[in-house]
Amino acid sequence: MPETQARQVVEIGYGGNERLMMNMGPQHPSSHGVFRMILTLEGETVVAVDAVIGYLHRCHEKLGETLTYVQYPSIASKTDYVSAMTAELAYVSAVEQIAKVEVPRRAQYLRVIVAELQRIASHCLWLGTWCLDMGGALGGGATVFLYCIREREMVLDRFEELTGARLLYGFHQTGGTRYDIPSGWDKKVRETVDFIERRLDEYEAMLEDNAFFRVRTQGVGVISREVAESVGVSGPLIRGSGVGYDVRRAEPYSSYGDFDFVVPVETAGDCYARYRVRMVEFRQSIRIIRQALDGLPEGPISSRPGVKSVAQVRVPKGEGYTRVEGARGEIGCYIVSDGGPKPYRLKWRGASFSNLAVLPHIVPGHKVADVVAIMGSVDPVFGEVDR
Amino acid sequence: MTLTPVLWHAIEAFIVLNVLLVLVAYVTLLERKFAARMQSRIGPYYVGRPHGWLQPVADAVKLMMKEDIVPTASDRAVYNLAPIVFLVPCLLIFATIPFAPQLGVADLNIGVLFFLAVSSLEIVGLFMGGWGSNNKYALLSAMRAVNQIISYDLPFIFAALVPVVLAGSMQMSAIVVAQQGLWFVAYPVIGQLAFIAFLVATLAAENRVPFDILEAESELVAGFRVEYSGMKFALIQLGEYAHMLGTSFLGALLFLGGWLGPGPEWLGPLWLLLKAIVIFLIVTWVRWSFVRIRVDQILAISWKLLLPSTLMLLLATGLVVAMRGASGG
Repeated sequence: MPETQARQVVEIGYGGNERLMMNMGPQHPSSHGVFRMILTLEGETVVAVDAVIGYLHRCHEKLGETLTYVQYPSIASKTDYVSAMTAELAYVSAVEQIAKVEVPRRAQYLRVIVAELQRIASHCLWLGTWCLDMGGALGGGATVFLYCIREREMVLDRFEELTGARLLYGFHQTGGTRYDIPSGWDKKVRETVDFIERRLDEYEAMLEDNAFFRVRTQGVGVISREVAESVGVSGPLIRGSGVGYDVRRAEPYSSYGDFDFVVPVETAGDCYARYRVRMVEFRQSIRIIRQALDGLPEGPISSRPGVKSVAQVRVPKGEGYTRVEGARGEIGCYIVSDGGPKPYRLKWRGASFSNLAVLPHIVPGHKVADVVAIMGSVDPVFGEVDR
Repeated sequence: MTLTPVLWHAIEAFIVLNVLLVLVAYVTLLERKFAARMQSRIGPYYVGRPHGWLQPVADAVKLMMKEDIVPTASDRAVYNLAPIVFLVPCLLIFATIPFAPQLGVADLNIGVLFFLAVSSLEIVGLFMGGWGSNNKYALLSAMRAVNQIISYDLPFIFAALVPVVLAGSMQMSAIVVAQQGLWFVAYPVIGQLAFIAFLVATLAAENRVPFDILEAESELVAGFRVEYSGMKFALIQLGEYAHMLGTSFLGALLFLGGWLGPGPEWLGPLWLLLKAIVIFLIVTWVRWSFVRIRVDQILAISWKLLLPSTLMLLLATGLVVAMRGASGG
């Protein structure tokens, strides 16, 4: 500002309509990773929100073009690191689609089991962090968070027994799965899901019978059916807004057609509806796991031989797109192959990315405290948003 | 006035202050252990085995050794003064608390009034901290603080006045003596309602979950104290816990019969401490099981529900006392 220019005097209107710009993120306790929201506030009310992403960009798709079909599945899990199994599944399914590889039924069932276990683990983390957002790290939210983490640990223990890893697995490979289940594992999985099913009743008792929880979630962050369809949200968000869309039902993959399960739909479209959808999904996942364990066929776990070299898998020229229902919604993987051991081009459709686009439609008009409740109910994972 | 009584009072205050500080430090350990039990954890354990009994000392030492960071954009005078302004009223409230008959710094004849007046002063320090930090989170938190504390002071005062009306005195010791036959919490209907209202208002006055919108670390990071570090942070934390403990003592004196209890008379202070801890644990229990509510909902609860109901309760209490007086009992 030049010296001669008088400092501008701002006349403060006492009508309470002065605006304040406030950054929420990229380093913020409830930004769920590295997400930045530039909020314009009038008092406590948000009048505009500008979402800034890209803080976790790792050139993931470019990386996919430099790694072979054998190497990439264990990296694919880093897109959505909270729900790694479904991301791997999307990638190997796309490769199988181009190469027209048959997957043995046992492998298909194993894929279903791990995908549903992963959904349970991911929803546990969602419920915990969401309550942490609303209840505070020094409050009741932390209690729910620790309960949920306790249950998630049990699922991760099962994964560790299966693959040796707890977060990023590398369980899938082109043509099937890399590991068969160890002896006694199915019994342990049954015990785990029985235990978690009992615990779900406790969560519901702790949250739904709590008036404070209900006033914080009911009627907050309403996504209308029209907005949900036009923005392209998927997963629990669109099912919470009255659209019964689920890839597992709409386009069954990996023998999902064999199982009997319900796609939960809520019509309210608010945070509470999304909560209810996910709580039902917990139980439906448990139901699918039980059916898959009961009907687990004998046979090989892969239609391809074991991996001996990184360039072993070659697929013909062509392109393929597959989509799977991840914990956060529809995950799509598009691969263009030029016949070599690596994809020519790889493109991810992250569920969180599309879900996040709904924020400017629903956040304005709410209070600052609602922003974190809405963010938590959208449940984004920034590995998948930024890739 | 000779020198001796003044000196005696100074020594007395010094002892109370120091016992209090130790008590506050160990109340934090109690809360952490209690919360850990609720969350199926162990809590502090390794510093001072078993069960981390040295943890408060370690925390205090750590906070004292930490670098004191003052933001360059802050209003230095206000920023530096705020922790003291916040802490002093929080410690001052203990001046009127009698720990046993004749055992206390000053058993004023307007003890309850003094307590309520001084404990409301903490808002000044809060707002200074929020304003002086020159931080948007802190400023929002300070705004919320003013809103909340003004809204909840009235129900808090009305709930605390119910025992005063029942006892017919504002002197703490007189209120305890009036409870000799029947603790006020057991007084039919009025006592229980007043106690519940007192607990709810206490939660809000102490900024505990579900009313901890000032701190709200998932929204405002740490609220008004986001820029404070080291000893200044420790002073704010100390003030907060001292205030909480003081309010618990007040609740024990007003509703739970103070030092009255079975056993010889010298057990009195222990009974009072025990009752205060029970109130503290109820508050802690609520804190670690609820989610936070929104600022507009907090204000609605206060102005639409708590304030009218406590006012009605106070009127009803007055009526009961008047009828009791009329019937000669």
